[in-house]
Amino acid sequence: MATPASNRYASERSPRILAGGLALALCIPALAPLIVIGFAAVSPDAEIWSHLARFVLPEVASNTLMLVISVAVIGGMLGTSLAWLTAMCEFPGRRFFEWALLLPLAVPAYVLAFVAVGFLDYSGPLQTALRGTFGSSVWVPPIRSLGGAAMVLSLATYPYVYLLARSAFLTQGRRALEAAQALGYSRSQASWKVALPMARPWIFAGIALTAMETLADFGAVYIFNTRTFTTAIYGAWFGMRSVTTALQLAGVLMVFVLIVFVIERRSRASAAFASARDMTRGSPRFELSSTGRVAAACFAGLIFAIGFALPIVQLAIWAIERIGDLDSRYFGFVSRSLLLAGSAAFMIVSCSVLLAYIQRRLPSRFSQAVIRLATLGYAIPGAVLAVGVIVPIIFLSNALQDLLRTWFGAGAPTIMFQGTLLAVLLGYLARFLAVGFNPVESGLQRITKSVDEAAISLGVTGAALLRRVHMPLLKTSLATAATLVFVDVMKEMPITLIVRPFGWDTLAVRVFEMTAEGEWERAALPAVAIVLVGLVPVAMLTRRGAHVA
Amino acid sequence: MWLELDNVVRRFGQRSAVDGLSLQLAKGSIGCLLGPSGCGKTTALRAIAGFEPIDAGEIRAHGRVLSRPGFTAAPEHRRIGMVFQDYALFPHLTVLENVAFGLHRLPQQARRPRALEMLSIVGLSEYVARHPHQLSGGQQQRVALARALAPEPELVLLDEPFSSLDVELRERLSAEVRAVLKSLNATALLVTHDQQEAFAVADLVGVMKEGKLEQWDTSYELYHRPSTRFVADFIGQGVFVRGEVIEPGTFRTDVGVVRANGTHWDAGEEVDLLLRPDDVVHDDASELRAEVCQRAFRGADFLYTLKMPNGTQLLSLVPSHHNHAIGEHIGVRIEPDHVIAFKRR
Repeated sequence: MATPASNRYASERSPRILAGGLALALCIPALAPLIVIGFAAVSPDAEIWSHLARFVLPEVASNTLMLVISVAVIGGMLGTSLAWLTAMCEFPGRRFFEWALLLPLAVPAYVLAFVAVGFLDYSGPLQTALRGTFGSSVWVPPIRSLGGAAMVLSLATYPYVYLLARSAFLTQGRRALEAAQALGYSRSQASWKVALPMARPWIFAGIALTAMETLADFGAVYIFNTRTFTTAIYGAWFGMRSVTTALQLAGVLMVFVLIVFVIERRSRASAAFASARDMTRGSPRFELSSTGRVAAACFAGLIFAIGFALPIVQLAIWAIERIGDLDSRYFGFVSRSLLLAGSAAFMIVSCSVLLAYIQRRLPSRFSQAVIRLATLGYAIPGAVLAVGVIVPIIFLSNALQDLLRTWFGAGAPTIMFQGTLLAVLLGYLARFLAVGFNPVESGLQRITKSVDEAAISLGVTGAALLRRVHMPLLKTSLATAATLVFVDVMKEMPITLIVRPFGWDTLAVRVFEMTAEGEWERAALPAVAIVLVGLVPVAMLTRRGAHVA
Repeated sequence: MWLELDNVVRRFGQRSAVDGLSLQLAKGSIGCLLGPSGCGKTTALRAIAGFEPIDAGEIRAHGRVLSRPGFTAAPEHRRIGMVFQDYALFPHLTVLENVAFGLHRLPQQARRPRALEMLSIVGLSEYVARHPHQLSGGQQQRVALARALAPEPELVLLDEPFSSLDVELRERLSAEVRAVLKSLNATALLVTHDQQEAFAVADLVGVMKEGKLEQWDTSYELYHRPSTRFVADFIGQGVFVRGEVIEPGTFRTDVGVVRANGTHWDAGEEVDLLLRPDDVVHDDASELRAEVCQRAFRGADFLYTLKMPNGTQLLSLVPSHHNHAIGEHIGVRIEPDHVIAFKRR
């Protein structure tokens, strides 16, 4: 034997077990909250429950349910109709609206919420103007209500339905219409009979996403004074200082989330089943009548205006009014936000790379299951995860404290993990692991096994293989993963709010505090920074969309 | 012998994907493993490349052991090049960089000339600066071949190299690939399920079934002297008919008496005879009449499916000026040059 021989196949068992252990270790921060909340959900505390069932749950549950249903209906209709118009019809401005209708994704619901309340409320510019014209007797529906919250959340989340329904219409709609027409249906008959039913799994998946966002929302419902599970959890935590109450509420909310999550997965599965390749070429778009064209343009324009353009203008006006706030304190918020988002992106992407390589090189059912579970965090509301992160951390630091006490007596140093940056970062890991992991995983999957084998058969292995083949091919995926995590952390509110070290205010926290005090104008400046950062992934999305089309 | 496989076995769980495979390939010759999907040919190829360990037997390349149970020489040390089914070109590198990728053992200044030389051999000199996605399927395939051959491997393996190309291109490229391999005096082993491809490229073809090599021979021998019923059935077209040996060289079959030279069957033996389409000759003067059931016009000839008086269906290759309609009765003679027969099971 002239060349050195390796025996890489002899024993793959022990490295696989090691890899599984490493995967588990990396995922523990993401798994612990799930376990804690799951445990709380199945072991109710009788005393707290009787209190909750009497005073909290009726209002909170009915509010949450009403909100989810109205957002699902309104957001679903908005998203589907706009997707239909831009994908299947021709009207003035269609090319612009195709991507512009995605822009509300850049604006967190809580920003849209405070702009809406600030603009429409009693002391806001609109009602002031109305009173000036018609006198003080003019009736306006109550803005800070469940209805207002439902409107804002619908406007903030319809793009999920729009995006999915649109791609369904684009990829299969027109070809299916042709098939139906060849079978003797008119185009409009065919639309109802074929294109819409075919897109149903996508539409449902999009609606499920809006429902999930609604369940997870904390900032917007807080501003609208609508008590839902997330605000109740926050109240239990800060108002009542009751961990157990917060845990119990989180457990109930998880049941809601689970239901929506299952619906979403099922719709996706049937969407994947029904998906077809390269159906983009088809017959030309629908010819609308001239009134139809104007109506379509007005409808799309209206949604774009109230969902994005007007709020942005209002934000800009307020921000300029309070430009004096652009001081060292403001840069403190900015730098803390950047620091948190940057470290979270680094941590989560590194974790994702390790997990993705474990899955590729040493796959086992165990590590597969661990990763699956750990990436579920994205479906779980931040308020729930915050509680789920804090409880084990308190437990851990108390246990450590007791241990130190028994060793060193009363003079032991004090241990406090809660309210540290580490705790916040672990919370982000739990919530956003999927955001980082998915692009890394799919990037790695694009490097097929035979690409690796081609390099190996050409004598390039190990570190050289990573450097010469994997890194250049993964670069974009890693950048995407880091960007998405970065932006999500910048926008994140409940985890930061509940878990952060005392006084460690970020941009999102500043927005929360100013809106809590009704100082809409002063919330605008930090909100502008968040929206600007939020535009980055939307730009990435539209560019990719343009690539496909 | 350049490449030797000695009773190689590869198991996946209970199932043996490769089950006692033995073959030998001389330097400069091109071999091919041919068989239906799932017959173990790709596993065998991957075992030779070193991507799969083996559970029994031995793989050697001019004397040195590459694989035996419990030992697998690393693929990168085998000096074996490989052309993958999906080509596995590196999407982030240009054509030239792809071909030069495996040349790290050459001094820096020798790499580019070598890569350029390989690209001119495969006729892609004008495309050196392109990226793989800017090339057609056939061009990508040639880049993959150039990349595998550039480091001058002792053996090149080709895994279904033409399967993702359209039929016309497949024929042309298989001739080209053979020419390139022969011009470099390369030793090569390819794997395919397409017999035209196997015949066009390889000197020696092995027909595999369920992990076993049924026959390892030239294409002519495989067609005309199949050693097993499976090979007879898999290679070329034809229909088995029941027959009995009346005297050596004469068979009484369901479709009449067939005479053929040089057979070793004794009188009284019961056999199945393989009748190829070219054994069934159209002759208007013949008394044996058959009804045309199906016809496939193929340009130079017709492939007729004929129903014999007793109901047996035979295939017959007939020059294309004999244009007969379905339902018509035509005269045929059964005239095999040499008989292919297997003992009745």
